[in-house]
Amino acid sequence: MSSLLEVKDLRAMYGQTTALHGVSFALEEGGITTLLGANGAGKTTTLRSVCNMVRTEGEISFAGARIEKMATEEIVRLGVAHVPEGRGTFVNLTVEENLKLGSYTRKNRAEVAREMDRVFDYFPRLKERIQQQAGTLSGGEQQMLAISRALMLKPRLMLLDEPSFGLAPLVVQEIFRIMRRINQEEKVSMLLVEQNAALALDLADHAYVLETGRVVMSGLAEEVKNDEGIRRSYLGY
Amino acid sequence: MDFVVQQITSGLAEGAIYASVALALVMIFTATEHLNFAQGEMAMFSTYIAWTLINAGVPYWIAFVITVLVSFVGGVAIQFAVLRPLARAPVLAYVIVFIGLLVIFNSMAGWIWSYVLKEFPSPFKAFSTGSTLIGSHQLGVIAVTLIVLTALYLFFRFTPLGLAMRAAAQNPISAKLVGVRVGWMLALGWGLAAGIGAIAGMMVAPIVFLDPNMMAGILLYGFASALLGGISNPAGAVLGGFIFGVLQNVPTIVERWLGTNVIGNELKLTFALVVVVAVLTFKPSGLFGQVRIKRV
Amino acid sequence: MPRHYFWIGLTIVLAILLPYLPNVFKGERLFSDFHVFQFTLVLIYAIALLGLNILTGYNGQISLGHGAFYAIGAYVAAVLMDKYDVPYYATLPVAAIVCLVVGFLFGLPALRLEGHYLALATFGLALAVPQLLKYHPLEPWTGGVQGIVIIKPDPPFNLQESIGLSQDVWIYYFTLAVLLVLFWAARNMLNSRTGRALVAIRDHHMAADTMGINTSFYKSLAFGVSAMYTGVAGALSAVAVAFVAPDSFNILLSISLLVGVVIGGLATIPGAIFGGLFIVFTPNYANEISKAAPWAVYGVVLILFMYLMPFGIWGAILRGVRALEKHRKAAKMGR
Repeated sequence: MSSLLEVKDLRAMYGQTTALHGVSFALEEGGITTLLGANGAGKTTTLRSVCNMVRTEGEISFAGARIEKMATEEIVRLGVAHVPEGRGTFVNLTVEENLKLGSYTRKNRAEVAREMDRVFDYFPRLKERIQQQAGTLSGGEQQMLAISRALMLKPRLMLLDEPSFGLAPLVVQEIFRIMRRINQEEKVSMLLVEQNAALALDLADHAYVLETGRVVMSGLAEEVKNDEGIRRSYLGY
Repeated sequence: MDFVVQQITSGLAEGAIYASVALALVMIFTATEHLNFAQGEMAMFSTYIAWTLINAGVPYWIAFVITVLVSFVGGVAIQFAVLRPLARAPVLAYVIVFIGLLVIFNSMAGWIWSYVLKEFPSPFKAFSTGSTLIGSHQLGVIAVTLIVLTALYLFFRFTPLGLAMRAAAQNPISAKLVGVRVGWMLALGWGLAAGIGAIAGMMVAPIVFLDPNMMAGILLYGFASALLGGISNPAGAVLGGFIFGVLQNVPTIVERWLGTNVIGNELKLTFALVVVVAVLTFKPSGLFGQVRIKRV
Repeated sequence: MPRHYFWIGLTIVLAILLPYLPNVFKGERLFSDFHVFQFTLVLIYAIALLGLNILTGYNGQISLGHGAFYAIGAYVAAVLMDKYDVPYYATLPVAAIVCLVVGFLFGLPALRLEGHYLALATFGLALAVPQLLKYHPLEPWTGGVQGIVIIKPDPPFNLQESIGLSQDVWIYYFTLAVLLVLFWAARNMLNSRTGRALVAIRDHHMAADTMGINTSFYKSLAFGVSAMYTGVAGALSAVAVAFVAPDSFNILLSISLLVGVVIGGLATIPGAIFGGLFIVFTPNYANEISKAAPWAVYGVVLILFMYLMPFGIWGAILRGVRALEKHRKAAKMGR
């Protein structure tokens, strides 16, 4: 089975600074892979590179096709949904409008309506707030909205950038539980960037650890979780 | 009492003009989050195109439609040729470019068609309103403005394309992440704004006569009206236009009653502007605007 | 940074020698009195632009109405010289104080406005001032539509007879002296806590507030100081041009000032000089390129400038210098 997402020797630059120095990894269809690392390791940059939001060199393939030179919006139309750092909510639009935008590229209205129902099934709180201005939602609700918007695309691959950021532990647990459901029920593959290593390693089946723009460790999530060095540096015990 | 009614109706009629310009400005702002100062000059230029067509014998409404379409294409072209290359420039650089466009259109119009005042026909003269208070053209302007407003409102609120345009303007990065082709949305926005501007110009010209400087003052008051009503709200902007029109005449009414002449005709517009600024100080999003949310 | 002082010193020396630069072919002065007058205007606009830059470049508050402060400064000077026989140099401090106060007062309601709302309010101010200047009841002071004619001052200490120093050249040196003082003061302010507060407010208002910076005070102060500089420039223009009239201070002036600040270089001090050069000389060149539609050429020039130098002339120069330094460093490392 060839990988859904394959990244080979990826280098990324912000202006004059190089953030990624040749990162390689692969993600299988149906799997959840997590990218771990400290601040500044290059995790967000990696996600941004997949969507061509940063200047890059190297090869990126999605479902067998090379995407590193495609425009962001075209990559999205291939089925890659990116839940960015900071959620990227349309703060002045309503919850409903945010969700409708998620399904902007889809033609089948009936399917879209069903999708909206499924989203409310995962996140009932969003249904309560459907006409509210999205910017007035709490952090947790905005995260739910961001994930829902990504789901409305009916993506094959979801990129999630620090979904736990700034959220209360209970809310985070709820969201991660729902992410597992989404992965299993909707068959959406996930590439998860997280600072909360414990949570991420529980959810994911594969893990890569980044340090200053390079992959320093990779393997099954179980193995990485039990690695002495990782436990000390990232899990705190 | 008659005097008051007359002042109010003439204020409403003038207000309709500001309202239609305000609509074009709201359009461009909704679609691009920029305020295009050249909007007025582009509208004036479009009106000259209409004038040329009408003078060549083209029937009014056909010339009207052609002008709007040509303006639409022109707006899209300007977005592609002039604004696209500016992508990463600071906001004030955009302002300078808009000023540049303003000056170019004004100058070219003067060069091509000269500065001699020209008459521009009104399509509503055929009808009579049966009232001495308000003329047929003025009623026509109000009607056209309301029609365009309704169409715009429906477009932005209820169509996916309208939603995509709003999203592209407010948050281009997130818009790309849902697959919206942001570049096209901006171009479309410019095209629509240019089209609406053309309509506004063709409504204004019969009243003030066509000349390259026709829109200069009107643009400012259209701008004030849009801000007064709320730049994010098309209906608000239109209402703002009408309010502004009547507001100008309030000093005249009051002074007639008091028997003074302090503000008089010279400072009427200054008065109205001061009121607008005062309102904005207390209600920064305008009377009917949506409060903009800023997250840290 | 000794190197940077060298360039400043060199520019000042050049500015001092400017009126007397010889024409190597004809053996007389290269620049006529009229040219010197134009250079004086460049300096005057530079002062005005520095004022606007403090507000818009360093503090992030847009102003489409600085022509109003320029006009107020000019009229204060004109009225004092014409009606009260005040000597020209004494009008400057008065104009400065008047404009400081007016600017600060305008800055107070402006605190609630930003972006296009502020642009509109300042635009309204720019339109209102000429109207007020033409207002009938004020005519005994303002001279109404015809304005006020002023007598150009003579150089002091009889220098006109003794060394043939013309009025225009004297006014040039006077303006240059004022400019140097004002620029030095601005540089000190901008490098101090005040300057940093202004920039902090511009870059992240909310954060500046939470850090304990009194944003309301600093924003109004910025308005006041900015108006003061532009007002002094206006007063100088009354002296140099020897005439003030309401229509010379129309909205075009305010727009030109904003254009000058952006093209010269936002949030830079040298940018003000380049902006001044642009304002004074570009319309003439535009006229030479096309007599029929000079403003169209001007508009094209504006747009081209924004493509090539979105951060202004000084911004482009700084970039060029940085690129050169990088090349030199790379060469030194033997790459």
